[in-house]
Amino acid sequence: MHPFNYVAPKTVEEAVNVLEKHGDKARPLAGGTDLLVQARGNKWDLEAVVDVKKIPEAMKLEASDDGLIIGSGVPCYQIYENEEVKKHYAGIVDGAFIIGGIQIQSRAAIGGNLCNAAPSGDAICPLIVYGATANIAGPNGERKIAVEDFCIGPGKTVIKNGELLVSISVPKPAKRSGAAYERFIPRNEMDIAVAAVAVSVVIDNTGENFESVNIALASVGPTPIVARKASDYLAGKPINDASISEAASIAKDEASPISDMRGTIEHRKHLIEVITNRMIKESVKRARG
Amino acid sequence: MTTNIHITTKINNQPYEFLAPSYMSLLDALREIVGLTGTKEGCLDGNCGACTVNIDGRIVDSCLVLAAEIDGCDVQTVEGLATSEGLHPLQKAFLEEAALQCGICTPGFLVAAKGLLDNEPNPSEHRIRHWLAGNLCRCTGYDKIVKAVQKAASES
Repeated sequence: MHPFNYVAPKTVEEAVNVLEKHGDKARPLAGGTDLLVQARGNKWDLEAVVDVKKIPEAMKLEASDDGLIIGSGVPCYQIYENEEVKKHYAGIVDGAFIIGGIQIQSRAAIGGNLCNAAPSGDAICPLIVYGATANIAGPNGERKIAVEDFCIGPGKTVIKNGELLVSISVPKPAKRSGAAYERFIPRNEMDIAVAAVAVSVVIDNTGENFESVNIALASVGPTPIVARKASDYLAGKPINDASISEAASIAKDEASPISDMRGTIEHRKHLIEVITNRMIKESVKRARG
Repeated sequence: MTTNIHITTKINNQPYEFLAPSYMSLLDALREIVGLTGTKEGCLDGNCGACTVNIDGRIVDSCLVLAAEIDGCDVQTVEGLATSEGLHPLQKAFLEEAALQCGICTPGFLVAAKGLLDNEPNPSEHRIRHWLAGNLCRCTGYDKIVKAVQKAASES
């Protein structure tokens, strides 16, 4: 591994100072399951890694009436072992539970998955459909940005030199809502999504119609894609096979995948249609309890 | 210029204090500084699980942990399984079920399986296979490993 310094600040301010000092030669370290692999591959010219796990705000996991706060260093297992998170944020649990294997889940952080900005990142689309916000600290203070606007290209985010993702805020889901995430992989575990879909739905008080829907697609574009047309189409529509199939078909057209070693454009588009259909139905099932 | 990090930790219930380069992995520190070579290097990218150790009750790939991160932690490696009384039930079961051939993956499987049985004494076959998905074996085809874990579970 190329030599770099290890810094473990105890406050956000201290972390920002170190990150600012080193500019693009410093990276925050959460679980390290992407960063240390990339450091070995000399992807970064690193002078320092800044471990966020001694910063209380980055390790906070708190569900309350205001919603859920996920510190940027909180590992996957804490998400799927937390009863409140399992009860109210099942779609986020779906993503956390399939990132890597058990060893990876002991370390890999939801915030790290977001900052790594892989088009296939399993934590990202669930956050998007829940309407999550990234809380960023930097030399000029704090700013907030919607998770759906966070990734701007493969491995690229809105985070600037000197900035740190401190936490992610997820609003408390509405009544009669449900969400789900699923990916297609050729193996059972330990693989990277060929295509994946997250859906959240709110159903109206008759229980028969969609009130609002959010659909996000992974691994079918340079960043996670918000399937806005498919989401808008379903708002106010009756919950039935015809409306769900039509939305899945629209989502398929919103995907813009490439062909690579994991799958072809045709295969990926087909998968988006199939998984979107399934995830809408699963979200409705969860919304109805 | 990088610095050495002063690390105070417990490994297999013994106190250790050592200096490690700030960029050294826990895997390399265990093998090259502490002298515990039971933990094996496999893929170095978190796919194979050969370097699995247990930190504060959670199994991790030690190739993806910096030695600097374990200051103050409790680390368990494969060397901590056997006692003066004899082999750990998992080690005995691996031998009896012939759950290894070349052996490079075995320390990782043992530490991972122990991490499961410590918390879930009677896991289903499905649960065992899911738990061990992060450990690769190119020799046995896994059935013997799963049988060995089931045997150890039933006997402890």
